[in-house]
Amino acid sequence: MNRELFRFNGGLHLPDHKAESNTRPIHPPILPARLVISLRQHIGTPAKPIVSVGERVLKGQMIAAAEGIISAAVHASSSGTVRAIDLQTVPHASGLPDLCITIETDGLDQWVTRTPLDYHTLSPSEVRAQLRDLGLVGLGGAVFPGAVKLEVGTNGTYPTLILNGAECEPWITCDDVLMRHHAAEIMQGLSVMHHLLGSTDILIGIEDNKPEALAAMRGAAATLDVPVEVIAVPTRYPGGGAKQLIKTLTGKEVPSGKLSTDIGIQVFNVGTAFALYRAIFKGEPLISRMVTVSGHVQRPQNMEVLIGTPMVALIQSAGERDGRTGILMGGPMMGVPMPREDVPVVKATNCVLVKSDALFPSLPSALPCIRCTRCADACPADLQPQELFRFAKSDDFGRAQEYHLFDCIECGCCSYVCPSHIPLVDFYRYAKSEIWARTKEKTAADQARERHEFRLFRQTREKSEKADKLAARARTQRAASSPPDELASATAASADPEADAKKALIAAAIARAQAKKADAAPKNTDNLSAHTQQEIAEIEARRAKIRAAAHQPLEQEKTP
Amino acid sequence: MSSPFILDRTSVTQVMAWVLVALLPGIAAYVWLFGSGILITLSIATVTALAAEASMLKARGFPVKPFLMDLSAIVTAWLLALSLPSLAPWWLVITGTLFAIVVAKHLYGGLGQNIFNPAMVGYAVLIVSFPIQMTQWAGPLELTHAHLGFAHSAAIIFGADTPLDGIAMATPLDALRTGLLQQNTVDEIMIRPNFGHYGGIGFEWLAGFFLLGGLLLWALRIISWHVPLAFLAGIWLTAGFLHFFDPGRYGAPWFHLFAPSVMLGAFFIATDPVSGATTPKGKIIFGLGAGFLTILIRTWGGYPDGVAFAILLMNVCAPLIDTFTQPKIFGEAPKTAK
Repeated sequence: MNRELFRFNGGLHLPDHKAESNTRPIHPPILPARLVISLRQHIGTPAKPIVSVGERVLKGQMIAAAEGIISAAVHASSSGTVRAIDLQTVPHASGLPDLCITIETDGLDQWVTRTPLDYHTLSPSEVRAQLRDLGLVGLGGAVFPGAVKLEVGTNGTYPTLILNGAECEPWITCDDVLMRHHAAEIMQGLSVMHHLLGSTDILIGIEDNKPEALAAMRGAAATLDVPVEVIAVPTRYPGGGAKQLIKTLTGKEVPSGKLSTDIGIQVFNVGTAFALYRAIFKGEPLISRMVTVSGHVQRPQNMEVLIGTPMVALIQSAGERDGRTGILMGGPMMGVPMPREDVPVVKATNCVLVKSDALFPSLPSALPCIRCTRCADACPADLQPQELFRFAKSDDFGRAQEYHLFDCIECGCCSYVCPSHIPLVDFYRYAKSEIWARTKEKTAADQARERHEFRLFRQTREKSEKADKLAARARTQRAASSPPDELASATAASADPEADAKKALIAAAIARAQAKKADAAPKNTDNLSAHTQQEIAEIEARRAKIRAAAHQPLEQEKTP
Repeated sequence: MSSPFILDRTSVTQVMAWVLVALLPGIAAYVWLFGSGILITLSIATVTALAAEASMLKARGFPVKPFLMDLSAIVTAWLLALSLPSLAPWWLVITGTLFAIVVAKHLYGGLGQNIFNPAMVGYAVLIVSFPIQMTQWAGPLELTHAHLGFAHSAAIIFGADTPLDGIAMATPLDALRTGLLQQNTVDEIMIRPNFGHYGGIGFEWLAGFFLLGGLLLWALRIISWHVPLAFLAGIWLTAGFLHFFDPGRYGAPWFHLFAPSVMLGAFFIATDPVSGATTPKGKIIFGLGAGFLTILIRTWGGYPDGVAFAILLMNVCAPLIDTFTQPKIFGEAPKTAK
């Protein structure tokens, strides 16, 4: 067990505030009168509703199906009647509404028929299809569809499988509590992951401020027939970031702009392993999760929460207190402020943190940057935040990208240490969104230009075709008086080179357009969020269609 | 408002306050070695700096209180005051401080925007404009045996008494420079009564106490080791190189190191983050360069000391140094592989 650990640069020792919530027993699910279930529970394409208003649904019944490759199904968290399929406020900082299915619960909590999966007899792709229909997504924060993550790439295996139980954000203890109470089930889920990924090196990283979880997990790991190493990693924020945990455990750095799977490492959160256990061994879809309710409440605690439960119900269950100044979804370092207290819990909700002036005093106003580089010392991505700040502030997005803006993981360490109290991460988010917006605009402009170029090409082609036809007709008229073999050779000689030249011309034009595009394309397509990547992929697909359309007439020309 | 929602309570004010605290051992040594006149100089500089800062903030439409409370103006004032000759006339202090705050700081955009270290700009302006006043030091008490009371010091500073009558003395660096110009060897100069173990009598102790304050800043992680160590190394290596080849014409490296200006420069001035390099490698280049230039200017330049000009010259280079010393980021292939 004396594995050599590696150190990532930067990071912080934060007051962890974990003891408040991790000693109370897990609160059982509360059944609210209404469940509001967002269809955008995961990164990727939102699920598509398959129920109608007024329909009665059972607990665990699929109410929206996965749509597209990067997607997962969504289920009713309890039995009842579908009351609405409309736009509702969802847990997003913007406060913008999104499509949700509202279920009025009937209090019976009546399950659908659940059938465990025999994952040994099913093919991996069948297992993945089932998991997609059971709504499995990563519960570590990114909510990436689990079935996609469980698909090995072209190399057929991910040699290293890491289970992330680091949980480095202050206040949050849902993974800690889950490991303490459900270590055996997590290990069962892990063995399914191992089965699907064929990993040889299975590591579980847990920060050393959770001795109880470490002991429970070590005990459970000993009962597995696959060798699993449970490793205590130093408590240092953001040690639970996937890239940081990989570095700590393996010494490898995920190359900038790439994914951990590119170097044969797949990482799952312990909560995902637990959800996978439920899916495979119980046949239960992902309809509830562990949520920490902490901060300014009477009894900070962890609760098993049905997806769709309004957050305010959790606060009431933990004991409301006066003087709330807002709630966060997630921890104080990376959490998202909620527009309202009644927004529903989603699969990404690991913590509902209730703020008060005493716990979270308002931040002092910012002074100018004095370039003290405390931020650079704290940055776990080894960036120069003071330079990124300068570029973001002056809208110098090109330089910001040169200085690796998109390698920023928005962990908040820089803002935390800044003696000038500059909300640095806000500036980076602003710069990133501006760059995305500009890329989108540019893509649209490129598309318009391509369409225009194709139109010009088509017009010229039609003109020349007309001319050819006229010429051909003239030739036939002339040929009526000349010998037939002469005519055949003449047309063969003239028609072919002409078509070839035309083809070459078109090919050259397309190549030029592509080269121009490649030259002009900014480097910001590296390391985007899965959502953006997918949007880009969709745009690319549309452009490919247009390009294909440009080729089609040529092929039609060949056939007659 | 978005994440993070908590922060470290360290503020610019705290950082600046620690810099002031770290200067206290040096100031105490100054009083002990050169008399209490420095306290008057510090006060004049402080009042001038705060007044200039407040009026500039007001003129530029900034909120006066939060910016005045950052204490950066006082740091500039103290650093300049400690660089001036002891018992420098009041108008010299005011002129230098005004130039530092008004021109070098605010006309360049205020806190965080100045290309040059304000205190060093103030110093440079004074030594170029008033070379005589800037090289007239009241010698250490140990050598002059003067009974410089507070009132007497004040009288000298405010011009009510004959300036520095009988107590004026060349600084060790000045004495070395003049001695060398008069064709003396370094050894002949060093045995004169105003030289001590490493540097000049009194001056070497002052340097030691500035060093002590600097180490405090390092221990508190207000500054990193890079710039001071590189600066001292730059001085030591350059002076050592010259001294090794011709000990008769070039002062010993220890002598060059144990000047108060070097310790003040290494730990308090070259470490100014606003005008210095920010990358780890860049800080080392910055420090080495400043040390190297200091010795060049001391040896071949027109002034006995070169710390101020060396730092100002390196300030010019800082953005370029930063550009070319960007460290490898997490997950980036080693630069050589490109």
